[in-house]
Amino acid sequence: MTSSDGIAIEAHDLTKTYGQITAVDHVNFEVKRGEFFGFLGPNGAGKTTTIRMLTGIIKKDGGEASINGYPAGSIRAKQLSGVMPEQSNAYMDLTAWGNLMLMSEIYRMPGKEAKERSESLLQQLGLYERKDSLASTYSMGMRKRLVLSMALLSDPQLLFLDEPTSGLDVQSVRFMRALLRDLKQQGKTIFLTTHNMEEAAEMCERVAIINHGKIIAQDSPDKLSITAGRIFLVDVSFDKPVDIKTLSNLPAINRVETAQAIQAADQLRAQQAMAGMGRSGGMPGGQNGQQKTHFAGGASTATTSTSRAETSKDYRFRIYTNDTTVLICSLVDYSRENSMQMNILNVRPPSLEDAFVRLTEEKSHGK
Amino acid sequence: MGIMFPAFLFLAFAFGRNMSPVSLMPGLIAMSVFFTCSAIAPITMPWETQARTLERLISAPLAVWTILFGDMVASMLTGIIISIVPIIIALAIGTTFTNALVLTLAIILGSVCFAALSLLISSPPKNAPQYSQMISSFIKFPLVFISGVFVPLSELPAFARGICFISPLTYFTDLARYSAGDVNYFPIAADFLAVIGFTAAFWVISVMLHNRTLPKRI
Repeated sequence: MTSSDGIAIEAHDLTKTYGQITAVDHVNFEVKRGEFFGFLGPNGAGKTTTIRMLTGIIKKDGGEASINGYPAGSIRAKQLSGVMPEQSNAYMDLTAWGNLMLMSEIYRMPGKEAKERSESLLQQLGLYERKDSLASTYSMGMRKRLVLSMALLSDPQLLFLDEPTSGLDVQSVRFMRALLRDLKQQGKTIFLTTHNMEEAAEMCERVAIINHGKIIAQDSPDKLSITAGRIFLVDVSFDKPVDIKTLSNLPAINRVETAQAIQAADQLRAQQAMAGMGRSGGMPGGQNGQQKTHFAGGASTATTSTSRAETSKDYRFRIYTNDTTVLICSLVDYSRENSMQMNILNVRPPSLEDAFVRLTEEKSHGK
Repeated sequence: MGIMFPAFLFLAFAFGRNMSPVSLMPGLIAMSVFFTCSAIAPITMPWETQARTLERLISAPLAVWTILFGDMVASMLTGIIISIVPIIIALAIGTTFTNALVLTLAIILGSVCFAALSLLISSPPKNAPQYSQMISSFIKFPLVFISGVFVPLSELPAFARGICFISPLTYFTDLARYSAGDVNYFPIAADFLAVIGFTAAFWVISVMLHNRTLPKRI
């Protein structure tokens, strides 16, 4: 397989099977040099298996893959890559410095260059003061940073990051993401696997969504969100109470929720997020989590919602629509006809999470 | 493991028997090197897999044989260092090594050979150290008793002598006996060639097997 100009990673009909199970099923994709590419999928979709084939940790059962023109898994391809696996695999019995020196020997770096680069990386990653501590004494966040520094030591052109922020606290997640943005600006090609939609939407230039071993969509996060998500959210607030049944009769409305229903849904989402907080380091609700903040009217909202529990009238609504133009026009007409004012009108495009859920559900249901 | 085990076996054989401890010392040296060198790889492979450091090595620009070579060198060096202990004991009880050069070369080559054997033992892709140790024991103990360690080859019955030829420990023990001025069964050159041959065979087969089984460990 020869390298096309400007292509860092090529995968063609890449396949991996474990007995009767096809973990990766003829996947095809390309990653350009300098691109930040995301590989999204639920647990068990085939993300880690794919990245392991690309990094030569496991052998493929079919298809081809290349790294900068060299066969994936070859010595040359590995020389050009840095790998940060999902779980830390630094040597626990060595210090941070010892781990980096070991990596420098493996990559045959000159001694002086290895020491300078190790010092620089440890300082950049906030580990320099603990460089002589055993890796076994590090917290999870510190171990992830150590493994990242080991991946960066040889200054590779290409980085493979397998869920780099999973299991980290919020501050560590922010730190890691800032770091990755810096690496992107340095022109490195980054191949990132994640199941955190917010992270993928924020950081990746292009994403591929994999489910049950197959790539089901591939595009920029924005385009995927709009074309695959298809449903826009419109948050509207009136200065007078409105009957939800009346509102539902307006054109271009798929569904309407009252503020009370939104609050209940957000609370449920928050509870689910708390249960899964340790894994993703972020709210799985993605932008919906931000919506909670937008609607957080404090105690007055809760009180108001409770007092209106038995009525279908409310001031605030969330409307789901395929056609924002028609809906907005109809809301404006409705306000005028009823001598009302719209205090808030907020159009939120579909999120990557919306697109992901829709795509994976469609494929699961065979649509 | 490399000292205690052979020492207790040695004592078990020496007590109550009319055998000169001096004539048993080459066997003790052979056992020490054998047990030490063959003990390391069956532990390190599963251990590194569990710690995920093997994955790090595989993703690095290293050939599989390089990784195995590192394990082999570690086993070999440990075996060479441990062999100093029984040599000191042998000297203390009056054993005279008439050919130190042969002994030195034998220990070096024997360590490499047994280290390569340990790589072979560790090739099944089982990630529990107990599994590898079980296989290791299953192979090592019979070899000790058929290799002329406790009973010189010349004193073994004919049918048992035939079995001895398939054990690399036989030739190493023969070299140790020769270096201690005891009776050797094979020509020295044949002993060295046999050890080298076994080493090459163990190494080649180990690399082939590990190339196949390493991905299954991850």
